[in-house]
Amino acid sequence: MTYNINEKGYYGEFGGAYIPEMLYPNVEELRLKYLEVMAEPDFQTEFKALLKNYVGRPSPLYFAKRLSEKYNTKIYLKREDLNHTGAHKINNTIGQILMAQRLGKKRIIAETGAGQHGVATATVCALMGLECIVYMGEIDIARQAPNVARMQMLGAKVIPASSGSKTLKDATNEAIRDWINNPVDTHYIIGSVVGPHPYPDMVARFQAIVSEEIKWQLQEQEGNPNPDYVIACVGGGSNAAGAYYHFLEDTNVKLIAVEAAGKGVNSGESAATSSLGKIGIIHGSKTLLMQSKDGQITEPYSISAGLDYPGVGPLHAHLFQSGRAEFIAITDDEAMEAGLELCQLEGIIPAIETAHALAIFKEKPFQPNDIVVLSLSGRGDKDLSTYNNYFNI
Amino acid sequence: MNRINQKLQADKKLLSIYFTAGYPQLTDTVSIIQNLEKSGIDMVEIGLPFSDPLADGPTIQASSTQALKNGMTTETLFNQLKDIRKTVSIPLIIMGYFNPILQFGVEAFCKKCQEVGIDGLIIPDLPVDVYNDNYKSIFEKYSLVNVFLITPQTSEKRIQFIDSISNGFIYMVSSASVTGSQTGFGNDQLAYFKRIETMKLKSPQIIGFGISTNETFNQAIKYAKGAIIGSAFIKHLKHEGVSNIDRFVKQIRP
Repeated sequence: MTYNINEKGYYGEFGGAYIPEMLYPNVEELRLKYLEVMAEPDFQTEFKALLKNYVGRPSPLYFAKRLSEKYNTKIYLKREDLNHTGAHKINNTIGQILMAQRLGKKRIIAETGAGQHGVATATVCALMGLECIVYMGEIDIARQAPNVARMQMLGAKVIPASSGSKTLKDATNEAIRDWINNPVDTHYIIGSVVGPHPYPDMVARFQAIVSEEIKWQLQEQEGNPNPDYVIACVGGGSNAAGAYYHFLEDTNVKLIAVEAAGKGVNSGESAATSSLGKIGIIHGSKTLLMQSKDGQITEPYSISAGLDYPGVGPLHAHLFQSGRAEFIAITDDEAMEAGLELCQLEGIIPAIETAHALAIFKEKPFQPNDIVVLSLSGRGDKDLSTYNNYFNI
Repeated sequence: MNRINQKLQADKKLLSIYFTAGYPQLTDTVSIIQNLEKSGIDMVEIGLPFSDPLADGPTIQASSTQALKNGMTTETLFNQLKDIRKTVSIPLIIMGYFNPILQFGVEAFCKKCQEVGIDGLIIPDLPVDVYNDNYKSIFEKYSLVNVFLITPQTSEKRIQFIDSISNGFIYMVSSASVTGSQTGFGNDQLAYFKRIETMKLKSPQIIGFGISTNETFNQAIKYAKGAIIGSAFIKHLKHEGVSNIDRFVKQIRP
């Protein structure tokens, strides 16, 4: 069994490129060139230099002493929250903006839910002097005003997606429609390991820097590059893909994916795709997605806008189906408590997405000698008003 | 012979109309098809609504959303169509996105199509290679014509390949766009129409996207076997319901 992508763009039975012919030339161009471009020494040099000097990598692998004591195990936090723009998202947008430049594209489009990927895209477009258009659901624009302002300050044009449910899924639809309408000069920077092949693989490779660093950082601190567990939250799944990437084929390292249960997996207000989804096609990829029995895509719910997606990347569908990763669903309430606990024990305010991963310690016992690495995918500044409202702080 | 192939052999230019099943009212489907045939339409594309129609502009999106709100499902559509061949003889094509068909079961779907008298399918997000490897034999078993799209960006080599596996017509998307987003044809589009015409493909071409008037219809049929109207007809249905379909058609082709 392999957990990497095959030559046809599938992880097991998941993946592929289920796209209208109008998108074929763009996606095919990317498919033919992405590996070659990424392998160019000049690309690697520029990518690594920007990650170091602009993003601030390597991000620390921090031994969380008080959290470890509380749960009687050894917990390391991979501090993606300390990256420029506050989350792992920028690893991918740096990689994709360099890709877009080498493909000769002049105009960048992106979708965003909470706004983190939109901000990370607007940031790299400003850095490179490229036009940037971000599609964002009307409802998300209203509830994520600070990120809208950040994108606008960075020079991006934020276009409301007013179709369908007016959230992330619809913003993605609008970005794809823009790409159909602009087939020559535009590159679409997808923010997660979703979409048609080669996006899931390309985004995973850009995020793979996270597990690459974990390996040598853990070697330094524990004398062993491999932890017993890697834990990450999963919406579309890009931070998890990055944290798992170099451990995928090493089955001694157990992988745990934390999904958003919303108000409970069976409450009708949830985003736990592995529990609630069935195989189907969403945004050009064959994967698990939440849908009606007639194949209409249904609306997910989570308190965290970054996990509020009705599908999951095809890599994760494969990890779920094959049993390679254990999937656990965490409710809004459990996540909020875990977020507050990290503030009080470690002085770190996590994004609510990340707080879902942190809630696992109350759910699942670990051994005192287990080395557990948790991807601290983002910081919680953007979530202050949600935390405040929830706890009446 | 399949009704589509018969129609393509006729010595005339074809006018085909798309509408979204279940719009404006859930039960309008049969009446719309009957009225279109009476108005002299050559072929009808019945849209199976989808929650996330990636290749469609706002007009068809809105009609799909409304149709789903009205309660349209794959099963309901087949029930509505079960006696359609008692009253309608023109070719009927179902146009829909792949996920609802996948959930129904591709073979079950094709079988149902044959039972009710559907002649062909247009599934924009079913890629050519996936169709060829996995579904071609099923479509053929139920005598369904599968229609592929080409665009101005499609390479000559790929057009030749698509032509070689097409068993009906090629759906020529007039420009790089979603449906319903343009109002007339420019020089680039006319050059593209000419380029395809001179390729002398074995499959006739029917042009869609951007045809909404007598003028654009006439431009399209100068270069192709026919033309398809979608968004403009949905707008008609929005404003007038199923009345005056004949008048709408006569504006396009007097």
